[in-house]
Amino acid sequence: MTIDSSEQIGAYAARFDAGRSSRARPLSAHLRRLEAESIHIMREVAAEFSNPVMLYSIGKDSAVMLHLALKAFYPSRLPFPLQHVDSTFKFREMIAFRDAMTTALGLELRVEINEDGRVRGINPFDHGSQLHTQVMKTEALRNAMTRHGYDAAFGGARRDEEKSRAKERIFSFRDNNHGWDPKNQRPELWRNYNTKIKQGESIRVFPLSNWTELDIWQYILEEDIPIVPLYFAAERPVVERDGQLIMVDDDRLPLKPGETPTVKQVRFRTLGCYPLTGAVESGASNLGEIVLEMLTARTSERSGRLIDHDEAGSMEKKKREGYF
Amino acid sequence: MADEIPQTDVMERLTQSGSQGVLRFLTCGSVDDGKSTLIGRLLYDSKLLFEDQINVLERDSRKHGTAGDEIDFALLLDGLEAEREQGITIDVAYRFFATEKRKFVVADTPGHEQYTRNMATGASTADVAVMMIDARKGVLIQTLRHTYIARMMGIRHIVLAINKMDLVEHSRGRFHEIVADYLRSADALGFESITPIPMSARYGDNVTKRSESMVWYVGPTLIEHLEELDIDSDIQNEAFRMPVQWVNRPNLNFRGYSGTIVSGSVKPGDAVVVAGSGQAAKIDRIVTADGDVDEAVAGDAVTLVLTREIDISRGDVIAAADARPEVTGQFAAEILWMSEDSLLPGRSYLLKIGTATTPATVSALKHRVDVNTYEKKPSRQLEMNGIGYCNMSTARPIAFDPYHRIRDMGAFILIDRFTNQTVGAGMIEFGLRRASNIHHHAMDVTKSDRARIKGQKPAILWFTGLSGAGKSTVANLVESKLSQAGHHTYSLDGDNIRHGLNRDLGFTDGDRVENVRRIGEVGKLFVDSGLIVTCSFISPFRAERQMVRELVDDGEFIEVFIDAPLEVCIERDPKGLYKKAQAGEIKNFTGFDSPYEVPESPELHIETANLSAEEAADKVIAELKRMGRLG
Repeated sequence: MTIDSSEQIGAYAARFDAGRSSRARPLSAHLRRLEAESIHIMREVAAEFSNPVMLYSIGKDSAVMLHLALKAFYPSRLPFPLQHVDSTFKFREMIAFRDAMTTALGLELRVEINEDGRVRGINPFDHGSQLHTQVMKTEALRNAMTRHGYDAAFGGARRDEEKSRAKERIFSFRDNNHGWDPKNQRPELWRNYNTKIKQGESIRVFPLSNWTELDIWQYILEEDIPIVPLYFAAERPVVERDGQLIMVDDDRLPLKPGETPTVKQVRFRTLGCYPLTGAVESGASNLGEIVLEMLTARTSERSGRLIDHDEAGSMEKKKREGYF
Repeated sequence: MADEIPQTDVMERLTQSGSQGVLRFLTCGSVDDGKSTLIGRLLYDSKLLFEDQINVLERDSRKHGTAGDEIDFALLLDGLEAEREQGITIDVAYRFFATEKRKFVVADTPGHEQYTRNMATGASTADVAVMMIDARKGVLIQTLRHTYIARMMGIRHIVLAINKMDLVEHSRGRFHEIVADYLRSADALGFESITPIPMSARYGDNVTKRSESMVWYVGPTLIEHLEELDIDSDIQNEAFRMPVQWVNRPNLNFRGYSGTIVSGSVKPGDAVVVAGSGQAAKIDRIVTADGDVDEAVAGDAVTLVLTREIDISRGDVIAAADARPEVTGQFAAEILWMSEDSLLPGRSYLLKIGTATTPATVSALKHRVDVNTYEKKPSRQLEMNGIGYCNMSTARPIAFDPYHRIRDMGAFILIDRFTNQTVGAGMIEFGLRRASNIHHHAMDVTKSDRARIKGQKPAILWFTGLSGAGKSTVANLVESKLSQAGHHTYSLDGDNIRHGLNRDLGFTDGDRVENVRRIGEVGKLFVDSGLIVTCSFISPFRAERQMVRELVDDGEFIEVFIDAPLEVCIERDPKGLYKKAQAGEIKNFTGFDSPYEVPESPELHIETANLSAEEAADKVIAELKRMGRLG
């Protein structure tokens, strides 16, 4: 965590104490509409569920979702905790950022690690991204949901990310095994959300459903929201593997024959487990440059996510099993 | 942030794109008319597809595609595995694209009739409906159905996208023939605009580029039309309404009401009322995390602080004092039914409108609408995808405005009380006068007066179970024992109800619901008169038993589940009914070809397989004593 970043986080937290805008100009009209819609969704959940939680994955979408929640309940504090599912392979800078943000904002953070998986040494190198994701993310998330008995969980997924996400409801019903049945989704009309569930069932709520990647960046820019520095270009040690640039974030990354880490000017469009997240070569070192790069980008952000390429329909399959 | 240089430029550029705001539209029409292809084409032509997405698309096109060697755009949208396999679209997909003038949100909705509810879902948030028609097939039943739903949901603008013109030789005559055919039905529905456009989505003709094959067409391309269409609504000029979502109370010094303004605007100093109670106050502050604001308008999510403390909670509507919404428990509404279990008048559902949720029943189904001819037809129930006009009755009064005036104040969903599924969508048309004219007259003698004279606590003992389980036998013994002990009782059963009050009812699901509703109302009157009333009815549905429970005060409804296995009941068969059912002489016989929903938490659960009727009755009496009902 750089000093710049810590200062920014401190100043950010102070904004919500004072309740003053940091903006020089009003929010763009379409972002204002999206913001209001997300706030409406969050308030419905806080009012209708007894044990909600916000799944916080530290990335840019989580940053926006958290920001919207701070706004939605202002001047009250967040009426729910944050839950992070730690696969133990997140970038170190992500964990540092997570801790700095939650401390500065005085938020309750719960961290779930699949200890069974950790003891078994599950990792993406020896076991493949599928098994690693299944054990360290999907199972860990299910464990957290069961352990804490959450009846509603916010997630930062957007409909423009992936085909099966495009068809998911904003209030997405899960049975008591945390499974999703895409063929039996509740009709969702107007902004009139059905929040009724039985004991043991839950709802996943996606307040950013109607945001696009560009909206997210534009909002971060206009609202001046702190994000993990990995999104900004910097010199980082990477190896090229299967057409992706993988950052050597710690000494757990086994180098294949012929691989030598080289230092390149790179940044990340999306953040997950470091061995499964490809970097892009870029010189974009501030938000304005990132947005400019976005406007001319020719590949989607999920192209840097190795788990989506595993098999056709892979995201839908994971979601049926309880993945976000 | 490090360098400050390009930020303003970037902002300029971002604000320019989408300067006309956002337009939400849905595509609908029959199967295979080319909806998904059209949207794929829009995304492709507006350069919104990324290289990796095109790569996946090309790979999938070879594997599942139906367009030969060309890119099958439909695969881009049909995201669920089942859809890719079956080649149809089964759920609403939301897509996003932008041109220099506008941002667009597209809802791609299914064509098959069984997914009509998904179309209504897409329509509920859309400004425009793009109605797809296959030029070879012309106007189909599904086209008319979707047109009606679009109108019902309040969509004001239609684009009639007559697609696959390449397959009818780009015929101008065919185009006009279809337009005329469509207008014959749709004209009467009162849309603000209906814009027909001939196109070939697969080749992009008249979608984003002007068609060279149809020079006879001089109107706009689809994208030009959608960019320019005026969709401004006058919702901000309507009266101020804000349903309260959440009471914002961080400490003793602050009490605010958080919600989304659904119509009108509000300023500090404005006089407002709580619609239900009529309590008045003024707006003190409009609080947001960006600081207090001087004005908030429809669509804004804010927190209101009032000048004085009045009783407000979630579900209340804060409204302009000089233009209040109607408040009543009786109103007329148009309903779209979305569940496989038919809508049954008299059954209790949960109704959610704005932020308020209350039990509600359809008190009368006036007629259903034949969406092929738009004719009104009499009906006793509403099937899946059926549309009907109903009188609704809610357990508590609700605040509302007609749907066509203020959408969010007149839109409600109906939720099944046991499956929790969203089963209906309703749009309120007007309040019913008769409710406001029938006021409860306050009687001098009350229920407790009547009960006191009898020295007892009135109650409904509701015996439910399969035919032959022993309900009537046990209920009869219980009543005898109560009577001998000096209690004032009455008993309702099939004999004295079915032959009289309910002799007009049969045994369909709808009639069974009405049967129990009337018995419940009669039981309630007896409780009011201070009696202990035993009711023995199969009453197979949880929803109706719950409805009766809610008619009387807490503790007054005692559900007695008389439980015997079906085999035992068939063997006993005291009235020979199972034999008749087996022979096919009786239809809809509970436990046989009609379901029995077992009570989830009855006050008393009596298993009669190994008990004599005497023993069962003694057990009921003992339990009543233990519960303090006979003291």
